[in-house]
Amino acid sequence: MNDLYIVSFFASAILNSSPLIIAVCGETLTERAGVVNLSLDGSMLMAAMSGFIVAYEMDNIWLGFFAGAAVGAFFALIIAFGSIRLKQSQFAIGFVLTLLGADLSAFLGQNHTRLPGPSVAHLSIPYLADLPILGPLFFDQNIIVYFSFVLVAVTWWWLNRTQPGLHLRSVGERPEAAFARGVKVNLVRYLYSIVGGALVGLAGASYSLGIKIGWSDNHILGLGWIALAIVIFGGWSPVRGAFGAILFGVTKGLATYLQGTFPGVSIQALNSLPWILMIMVLILVSGDFTERLIAYMPQSVQDPLRRQLRLAPPLALGATLDEE
Amino acid sequence: MHVELKEIRKYFGEVKANDNISVSLEPGKIYGLLGENGAGKSTLMKILSGYQPQDSGEILLDHKAVDFPSPAAALGAGLGMLYQDPLDIPPFSIIDNYLLGRDNRLSLDYRTVIAEMNEIITRYGFEADIHAHIDTLSLGERQQLELVRLLAGGAQVFILDEPTTGISVEQKDVLFSSMRKLAHEEGKTIILVSHKLDEVQELCDHAFVLRRGKLVGQSTIPCPNEKLVEMMFGQVPTRRERLPFDLGNPALELINVNISTYRLNVSNINLQIFAGEVIGLAGLEGSGQGILLRTIAGLIQPESGQVVVSGQDLTKSSYHKSRNFGVAYCAAGRLEEGLVSKLSLTEHMLLAEPTHTFMIDWPAARERTNSRIEQYQVVGQPESTADQLSGGNQQRLLFALLNPGLKVILLEHPTRGLDVRSMDWIWEQMYARREDGTALVFMSADLDEILERSDRIAVFSGGVMSRVVNASEVSVDQLGHMIGGQA
Repeated sequence: MNDLYIVSFFASAILNSSPLIIAVCGETLTERAGVVNLSLDGSMLMAAMSGFIVAYEMDNIWLGFFAGAAVGAFFALIIAFGSIRLKQSQFAIGFVLTLLGADLSAFLGQNHTRLPGPSVAHLSIPYLADLPILGPLFFDQNIIVYFSFVLVAVTWWWLNRTQPGLHLRSVGERPEAAFARGVKVNLVRYLYSIVGGALVGLAGASYSLGIKIGWSDNHILGLGWIALAIVIFGGWSPVRGAFGAILFGVTKGLATYLQGTFPGVSIQALNSLPWILMIMVLILVSGDFTERLIAYMPQSVQDPLRRQLRLAPPLALGATLDEE
Repeated sequence: MHVELKEIRKYFGEVKANDNISVSLEPGKIYGLLGENGAGKSTLMKILSGYQPQDSGEILLDHKAVDFPSPAAALGAGLGMLYQDPLDIPPFSIIDNYLLGRDNRLSLDYRTVIAEMNEIITRYGFEADIHAHIDTLSLGERQQLELVRLLAGGAQVFILDEPTTGISVEQKDVLFSSMRKLAHEEGKTIILVSHKLDEVQELCDHAFVLRRGKLVGQSTIPCPNEKLVEMMFGQVPTRRERLPFDLGNPALELINVNISTYRLNVSNINLQIFAGEVIGLAGLEGSGQGILLRTIAGLIQPESGQVVVSGQDLTKSSYHKSRNFGVAYCAAGRLEEGLVSKLSLTEHMLLAEPTHTFMIDWPAARERTNSRIEQYQVVGQPESTADQLSGGNQQRLLFALLNPGLKVILLEHPTRGLDVRSMDWIWEQMYARREDGTALVFMSADLDEILERSDRIAVFSGGVMSRVVNASEVSVDQLGHMIGGQA
């Protein structure tokens, strides 16, 4: 691998992980409010299918993105309504929607498979794109990549530095206390289910309009589960989640590269690389080793560091609250 | 603010939680609301603070009728409630917790808020590192922060629900002095909900007494304890004398035990406890008593030293092995560690029994459960789940689940939150177990309880067992000084 190849390898890994970053941000928002949208795999497929068909028929990719977001939001709304209003298990509803999404998308998209269609244009950012290494990595990409990075920053800011973000987190951690402080718990949960679902839908449409262009049966099957896993891997933080998504993209790219270099090794073995690496990272950051490392650091940074590395779900994740 | 409750009624099915209660509260005074567990104190205060609607009756603030749809609305009108279990958000930082529901702009203004909080904290003599997170704080500290929040929210009336349960003596003193300042200097109205007479005597100007949902009397304070007790219970309960007991062989020996945990190191514990003996562990919260109990139970492995139970070395034993050998541990967190909230009493009973069969004989199990809950006077059915029981009954259930013939019973705050009568009753049950040769080791934040119930007292400060004294030879004052680390 020469230098140029390495840069373009990472640039394409970043491009490939950008929809995953968007989905992870969306699901992180939903779960931090205490709702689990388990339907990601199905709703992303549905959004990819409807996003492509709308963009193809209307010849407008923006309408395609909009359609994807709407479909994602609708799936999320079903889960929110089912769990908050009908008091049914959000896990069961989400799981059924996952299965439904795979089959329904194949059925509804059957006349639009393997068609050449519109796609997101490449968009270099003037001057910044000319920077050595950083330019091709981050500024010579398309709008999906830029959006995903801005989204990570905005999600972090929203969660940690704004009043609505405070409401959102309080609802996910201790809804009784949030309610006593005047937060409309169920309204907040509806809101972030829908917003998170719309982002998941955008992620689905991003695949069919910008990464793996077009539509075919089971187009991006499995990526929804990967997004759900990365939310946990990222400890419900958008920034760590984005790192997780990129780590996944890089190892996935590496697997493809190794496959070309060592054709004798089975592809399944190489495809399991990302997972093994992720488990290793998890063990590394939450294990004894890190605790010992932290113990050597100055007292004042120890606790913040532990807190940063902690992988604790929101306390009220998946629980419902009766507002009296 | 002048507060008046007029003919408040609240029924839960057949149970009359509040039956026609009328009280009137003047600003600048501290009121005690007394009553045993289940007398209706909490229900009344939940109605006043907007947490529950009343079935009938009126709330008047400064002679105007009000109606609160939510606790936030009540705080907006000046009524602040401090819950026994503070309604804060443990994973949050102190500042985030404080900001929730206060600052209504999009972007949070940290600088002003830090100044505001520091000002209130120093004014009332509280102490807090406001950059810490709630889940690293003690109950007392969390309580102080809730008060800070209510003050900043403009509360004129403060309702404190059993505020001294689970906090240290120092924290209680700080709390009480801030309450006096709020009432007598700043003209706020304060309501102290309690079943502890001493506290009401110490702090309040006036007391109301509830019994079975009715207001049965009131009095200005000071007033003789006997009079209040009579109002609370209908008669003065007699306490049976504790019979002297001949101690047996050593039941538990701790030899040079050193324990090191993330929070505290407990070093060099040497103690021999005899069958039938009751040992009270005294000390400020987090001085090492809890860690020692957990170590004996097998939940924490000591770094060095030996834990010997009835001659058998259990130092490296797991919790389950120790438990099978006859070491029982009752944690303070009833629903967190002691019980499984959604399991029925029969299921609890089955889990607690020393031997298990593959197939369960349900009718027989229900039978056994019935007799056990009768013996321990748990108000509930074998089919009721643990979370359907009231706090006091959960505590009774916890004791009912202790098997007969134990070697050591370890109790963490055994009577926290219980009234005098339930407390006496629980101790009677515990003393009865001495006949089996069971040794009792318990920790409590209540010095009176430790003095009154123990044979010997082990005093802890900062992870060191500084001395072991005979309970009959010390006074509350002396013990208070000892746990403060003074001679």
